[in-house]
Amino acid sequence: MAGADGDDSLYPIAVLIDELRNEDVQLRLNSIKKLSTIALALGVERTRTELLPFLTDTIYDEDEVLLALAEQLGNFTMLVGGPEYVHCLLPPLESLATVEETVVRDKAVESLRKISQEHSPVDLEVHFEPLVKRLASGDWFTSRTSACGLFSVCYPRVSSTVKAEIRQHFRTLCSDDTPMVRRAAASKLGEFAKVLELEYVKTDIIPLFTALASDEQDSVRLLAVEACVSIATLLPQEDLETLVMPTLRQAAEDKSWRVRYMVADKFSELQKAVGPEITKNDLVPAFQNLLKDCEAEVRAAAANKVKEFCENLPEDNREQIIMSHILPCVKELVSDTNQHVKSALASVIMGLSTILGKDNTIEHLLPLFLTQLKDECPEVRLNIISNLDCVNEVIGIRQLSQSLLPAIVELAEDAKWRVRLAIIEYMPLLAGQLGVEFFDEKLNTLCMAWLIDHVYAIREAATSNLTKLVEKFGAEWAQNTIVPKVLGMANDPNYLHRMTTLFCINALSEACGQEITTKQMLPVVLKMSNDQVANVRFNVAKSLQKIGPVLDSNALQTEVKPVLEKLASDSDMDVKYFAQEAISVNGNVLSLILSHVLLSHLHFHVHVFTFDV
Amino acid sequence: MSAVSASEKVDGFTRKSVRKAQKQRKSQSSSQFRTQNTPIELSPLPQLKDAPSTDQQELFCQKLQQCCTLFDFLDSVGDLKSKEVKRAALNELVDYLSTNRGVLVENAYPEITNMISTNIFRALPPSDNPDFDPEEDEPTLEAAWPHIQLVYEFLLRFLENPDFQPSIAKRFIDQKFVLQLLELFDSEDPRERDFLKTILHRIYGKFLGLRAFIRKQINNIFLKFIYETEHFNGVAELLEILGSIINGFALPLKAEHKQFLMKVLIPLHTAKALSLFHAQLAYCVVQFLEKDPSLTEPVIRGLLKFWPKTCSQKEVMFLGEIEEILDVIEPSQFKKIQEPLFKQISKCVSNPHFQVAERALYFWNNEYILSLIEENIDKILPIMFSSLYKISKEHWNQTIVALIYNVLKTLMEMNCPLFDELTASYKTQKQREMIKEQERDELWKKLEELQVSRTSEIQNNSHGFPAALNNNNSNNNNNDPQESSGDVEATAVIMEDLHQDATDTACESVSCAK
Repeated sequence: MAGADGDDSLYPIAVLIDELRNEDVQLRLNSIKKLSTIALALGVERTRTELLPFLTDTIYDEDEVLLALAEQLGNFTMLVGGPEYVHCLLPPLESLATVEETVVRDKAVESLRKISQEHSPVDLEVHFEPLVKRLASGDWFTSRTSACGLFSVCYPRVSSTVKAEIRQHFRTLCSDDTPMVRRAAASKLGEFAKVLELEYVKTDIIPLFTALASDEQDSVRLLAVEACVSIATLLPQEDLETLVMPTLRQAAEDKSWRVRYMVADKFSELQKAVGPEITKNDLVPAFQNLLKDCEAEVRAAAANKVKEFCENLPEDNREQIIMSHILPCVKELVSDTNQHVKSALASVIMGLSTILGKDNTIEHLLPLFLTQLKDECPEVRLNIISNLDCVNEVIGIRQLSQSLLPAIVELAEDAKWRVRLAIIEYMPLLAGQLGVEFFDEKLNTLCMAWLIDHVYAIREAATSNLTKLVEKFGAEWAQNTIVPKVLGMANDPNYLHRMTTLFCINALSEACGQEITTKQMLPVVLKMSNDQVANVRFNVAKSLQKIGPVLDSNALQTEVKPVLEKLASDSDMDVKYFAQEAISVNGNVLSLILSHVLLSHLHFHVHVFTFDV
Repeated sequence: MSAVSASEKVDGFTRKSVRKAQKQRKSQSSSQFRTQNTPIELSPLPQLKDAPSTDQQELFCQKLQQCCTLFDFLDSVGDLKSKEVKRAALNELVDYLSTNRGVLVENAYPEITNMISTNIFRALPPSDNPDFDPEEDEPTLEAAWPHIQLVYEFLLRFLENPDFQPSIAKRFIDQKFVLQLLELFDSEDPRERDFLKTILHRIYGKFLGLRAFIRKQINNIFLKFIYETEHFNGVAELLEILGSIINGFALPLKAEHKQFLMKVLIPLHTAKALSLFHAQLAYCVVQFLEKDPSLTEPVIRGLLKFWPKTCSQKEVMFLGEIEEILDVIEPSQFKKIQEPLFKQISKCVSNPHFQVAERALYFWNNEYILSLIEENIDKILPIMFSSLYKISKEHWNQTIVALIYNVLKTLMEMNCPLFDELTASYKTQKQREMIKEQERDELWKKLEELQVSRTSEIQNNSHGFPAALNNNNSNNNNNDPQESSGDVEATAVIMEDLHQDATDTACESVSCAK
């Protein structure tokens, strides 16, 4: 067609290929990333006959370039002429699937999986499946690992003889000499099982699963645990006991902690996959063992699952199982020697109260919460405090408040400022649950003390904490409890504390409203414009700019403007700068009100205008 | 670890503090997986040297069995007495084996290997410190070392004993034994790795039947390290063993060994923790090249492929290795790689990091390299010239500038006419590059315009008019009148096409174009 003729004379393929060959890696990379543009310029036929062979031949490049290429080719179907020609993309992707670098290979496999869906069943058997076979019997381990990821995408759409071949190849790879290949096969075992017919799951997958789960390398065995979840889901309940459970039991007691860790980590999924009956008989004791494991890593992983495991227990005797089997282990974990274990537990233990109900919580869990609230490790205490809402629903927070308070006070004074920061963040939540009375009585002093912390980040967080509290308790509460204290700090000898007053005013003015801002805060700010420290003075200017929108225009004109003008002629350069900025912004506030009115008029006119057209 | 991530949420510094806190409590770790918690009582057996010689063999075996009892060393106060009994027994066994002849009778072998396997083969504990940095952090030491050390000592004496018979031992020191031994190289405890290194070396020397297997397994460990985990503590030790193995390879090299060089040793250079084993790695590479110089070209090309892009520290190491290779290179091999190699070196000398630039410039202090450069000055000078010339004016570091002047002087003396020629053409060269750069930009601009037009064809193939509008707009932006008219023509033709055949626009056939 004539259209393509124009492109052809403008962009000879030699030029494009030159670009792909450029000496500079970055430029080569850019060209590859725009490969679709090049293909578009060439048209589908030349892409097929010239560009793809070139790409296939020159696959020796920086891994980064290859990665981009592997990604591009996954989206190339339309550029080579649609599904009918999609198999043209297989040769370059096949080469890419054999390179050493894992990310490139994985991307090539991903693209192959993608375009496999665009193959017709015939093409799949004629072009795609032979490729999988070639990869599966490649010399170097890279091609065999890549093959592992391709079986499951072609299996459902091929004839039964080809299916048998695919199963055979998968079996071979599961007992490959190289552990890398066995790992790849083990990690795809679950996925492959899902596309197999049930009879083959039993005859093929189960033996492979058993073999991989007792591999000499723990890195292979632990991947079999992951597959266990999918396999158990596929099998009918009556087969689980004989086909899956022996292996799972063995994995839970594996001599390598990595395997046991994997079991602990996947415990909820396993529990769901094997169903309530096996859970009761097998998983409960297994879980107990994991909670008592000799490696802290494993205990922590299991502790993380305590709540989920209990939640998913069959309801009929859930409470009994928890009380007699799980809770004793949990009690021991509360005083574990490893703090990661304790903090993992602390992040979920509160969730048990909803499962066990009010009485059990008070009798059995509360003492544990209290112990953890006194734990030497701040992270444990924080995890408890951050989950208080769960308990609040069941027994109310009052039960805890006596112990809560010392814990909070201690965290509030922790030597690490990040711990203090974390507890500040929970203050609004705590205030909401404990109520205004308790707060005023016990926590208000803390919140005020943070305002004069020696770390700026804490003072800053304390300021925004006040805002949230005011939003919660209302302006009147603010006026009575915190505003006087904040304003009192304006006379502090330390200029940093005086600045904190200004920061608080910035943060609080909106929540407190015009009345309090104008009557109580503004006079203090204005008075501080005479401060001897320049930092305070320019912060006055900044504050005036901030609270400007809250003030009424009268105060703005008569009180704010003169002060800003005075500051604008300050001897300090920064003060001048910020005062001038504030003047222009505040001026804008005034004019904005005006222009707003004007604008709405304009809008109206515009509408009329368009209708006229 | 979820526990860690929870803490991170709270406190970015926790890990460090956690680490410290843990260190105060314990800097040791052990992973003897014990299920029973019953206290163990060992009672001392009579001394071997006091026993009558007829009973010694029996007593020797009893002691070996006694030493199969394992203790929990994290519990520093438990079983103290029994621990001491075992320690004394192990000491005695080591002593007995090294001072007496004729002790290694055939039926002692299974007892000995059983005692060793029971004690040393264990799942290594998780690292206390999830992101353990071997360069910065103190390693976690094996808590059970007081016993394990003696067991290793015993194993070594066993292997080195003059009565030791590999033909009997191979039934027990088999592939499985070696595999477990290799896994222990991941130990964080350097004392343990050091023992393992010597032991594996002895086994490699004495068991010919295991050699291929050991090499293959080391291969697998390295591949896993490179492509999967990036974590293995014993890489340096394994490379050290390999260094001496490579030394003994017969010529011509087997394909297996060449593959190991190209597919394992060279990719090992990509590791993040290269500094921990670079010396050993470079030694292995140079060993290979000394055996078979024809490997020089692929090796250097491999190094260039994996040349570090952002890590200056690694770049300095690469330069060091290149110098080691150049020290042994044959002139004929040098000719094969000089162009790509000096392109890289010319980038290095202009590196803003002065250590990289300095390391590269030091090549010019090497007499042998200098002679190679002189021999090939016609090829090398044009490659090096522009970056040396440019950086001699621009580098921030005065030492580098001084070094560059010296290098330029040396190069000038090697071929003065060429040097003058390059100086004269430097500016035009730069200009030519700039023009080429502009041309590229324009090419891509045009391609993008084409893409826009094609895409809009696809999107608008039922409304030709907006697409044409779009195309004309984009063409009007083009400043070059000639090019632009060509474009307009092209688009006009495309538009014609569009109207003729609205359905077949996306996949035009190009075959009839010519």
